[in-house]
Amino acid sequence: MVAAAKRLRIGSRLPAQIALAPALLIALVLYCGTTSWTVWISLTSSRMLPNSVFVGLRQYDVLANNDRWLASIANIATFGALFMTAALTIGFLLAAMIDQKVRAESLLRSVFLYPFSMSFIVTGLAWRWMLDPTLGFEKLLHDIGFADAHFDWIVRPDRVIYTLVIASVWHAAGLVMAIMLAGLRGVDREIWNAARVDGLPTWRIFVFIIIPMMRGSFATACVLLATSVVKLYDLSVAMTNGGPGIASEVPAKFVMDYLFERGNLALATAAATTMLITVVVVVAPWYHWQGRKARMAGIA
Amino acid sequence: MNQAPNRSSVSLRGVEIAYGPVRVLDRLDLEVAQSEFLVLLGPSGCGKSTLLNAIAGLTEVDSGEIWIGGRNVTWEEPKDRGIAMVFQSYALYPRMSVRKNMSFGLEVSGMKRPDVQRRVTEAAAILQITELLDRKPSELSGGQRQRVAIGRALVRDAGVFLFDEPLSNLDAQLRAELRTEIKRLHARLGATMIFVTHDQIEALTLADRIAVMRDRRIQQLGTPHDVYMRPANKFVATFVGSPAMSFLSGHITEGRVFETSTLRLDLSGYAFTAPPSVGMPVDLGIRPEHVVLAPGEAAAIPARVELVEPMGSDLLAWTRIGEAALTVRLSAETPVAPGDILPLMFSTRRLNLFDAQGERL
Ligand SMILES: Nc1ncnc2c1ncn2[C@@H]1O[C@H](COP(=O)(O)OP(=O)(O)OP(=O)(O)O)[C@@H](O)[C@H]1O
Ligand SMILES: [Mg+2]
Repeated sequence: MVAAAKRLRIGSRLPAQIALAPALLIALVLYCGTTSWTVWISLTSSRMLPNSVFVGLRQYDVLANNDRWLASIANIATFGALFMTAALTIGFLLAAMIDQKVRAESLLRSVFLYPFSMSFIVTGLAWRWMLDPTLGFEKLLHDIGFADAHFDWIVRPDRVIYTLVIASVWHAAGLVMAIMLAGLRGVDREIWNAARVDGLPTWRIFVFIIIPMMRGSFATACVLLATSVVKLYDLSVAMTNGGPGIASEVPAKFVMDYLFERGNLALATAAATTMLITVVVVVAPWYHWQGRKARMAGIA
Repeated sequence: MNQAPNRSSVSLRGVEIAYGPVRVLDRLDLEVAQSEFLVLLGPSGCGKSTLLNAIAGLTEVDSGEIWIGGRNVTWEEPKDRGIAMVFQSYALYPRMSVRKNMSFGLEVSGMKRPDVQRRVTEAAAILQITELLDRKPSELSGGQRQRVAIGRALVRDAGVFLFDEPLSNLDAQLRAELRTEIKRLHARLGATMIFVTHDQIEALTLADRIAVMRDRRIQQLGTPHDVYMRPANKFVATFVGSPAMSFLSGHITEGRVFETSTLRLDLSGYAFTAPPSVGMPVDLGIRPEHVVLAPGEAAAIPARVELVEPMGSDLLAWTRIGEAALTVRLSAETPVAPGDILPLMFSTRRLNLFDAQGERL
């Protein structure tokens, strides 16, 4: 009986699988093909044009001693940690605030989500202008009488990375808010009521009851934010172009620059491969854990 | 456990609540005595939860006062009102163990650890959930979850327990089981309990008094017997009792006689609340079990059987007198079949008369 039913189900899915096969094949070939080509090139001595002179891991050696690459890695680590923490915190706080039945809810939601609809280029240019000491906030402060005000982070090598964080948080907080708001709305009103009858202060309700219930929302937001950390490129180009000096270089920009401007294909692909491996190492355990959780939920 | 505040009276004085333009409660007054088990019964959306939340302090009142245990608590926080509450959806904290669910509120309130432990152990023993203490709510059945929720209320050692449809997510058997358990708990603790339900069986079995609600108002407040036998209006009469009361429309004639086109009924034994006027239109309400078979009786009213429903212990005959429908409960052995003509009599004392507005006469 069961076996027959199973066969039937597979049978009925077969036409769909056949129909999807070409698309799947193309995706697979393109995806795996380009990825393995990238890895292969990183093992060659390619410069402007690809060649197939195998040099082993030499490019990775070069990479490990490249100041610009090392600066990029340090920058992206700082950026990633600050950006993810700030975006999650601010997004969650915005959602929690909106969830407390404020009046202009839909207006606020749109306002906070609005930055996300802008491209990184526009975001970067806007913030570049706003943070420019001779044009933006600092000048504004001077003009209204605060002659001593200083806000020149964008031109200071030790602070410039924070300006990237500010702009990205501004860009992404609305999205996090939307995800968190959906999660908060999924929490049964009666849980809140029970907690109030129990006499729990609001912050404790959030920290010990609501946030643990919103793991899914946090995981979703983390994945989305993490991908935008790895991909960080256009914002850096538009806002600071990696400068001053190499103070705001990031890995994706390193790859692009070596790929097109400096004509060092092998080094660029070695950097790209390093990024890929890092992502896989980080993501794989998480993916495995999610899958196990889904299977357990399926059994329960 | 501390005995002092364990039995509090609850009193609502002219309470009004509106959600924007929608009025949910209209100048509502209600007195619940110490140790009383009061059931709020009413159809969905009549404002039962709103009323309960107002008592708990989860919904602000627009006007009026709420007193618990002789204290005006209208503007106090839920935790300071001396109440505990059990919810329809259990509302357990999903990421905490059963033990933590029960102890968390006490710990946060600053109670000493051994005291908290003792209360949790005691409550768990009463509710027979001791073996479940280290599980997570997701590992419990519905009935077990609701026991835990009751346990969480129990440890608060409150003077008033509020239940918002605690059994309506459970299947019939568990529901009956937990119903008795709650009744036993009430007898044991002697705490005041206010219990919301739209299930009239729960109301009739649990309550010391029932408040039947509809349309922002309490329609009747009385003992289950009162509400069942002497419903204050046609709504209460239909809402309480299963199968529902049957109604015959007619009018009063000279000498307190009820008359329809097909029957005449002497009402001399009926306890009128006010003397009826001759010719006034009335509805006569009859419960299925207040009809008796009277074979050979000259005054018996003939009713034609349309449908017979055996119920195990007894059977229901759905009959018609002329055009009017009448449900009759008979003993299971009665030989009836559709098409039969039954000779029926009503006991005048158990009839219910309602005027054209649906109010009891
Ligand atoms: N937050 C709210 N905003 C607006 N209207 C509400 C709100 N909560 C309840 N109402 C309205 O108030 C009325 C009473 O609601 P309430 O929840 O008290 O009903 P109830 O008797 O508990 O019903 P049920 O048996 O379905 O739980 C309903 O008509 C409902 O639509
Ligand atoms: Mg309700």
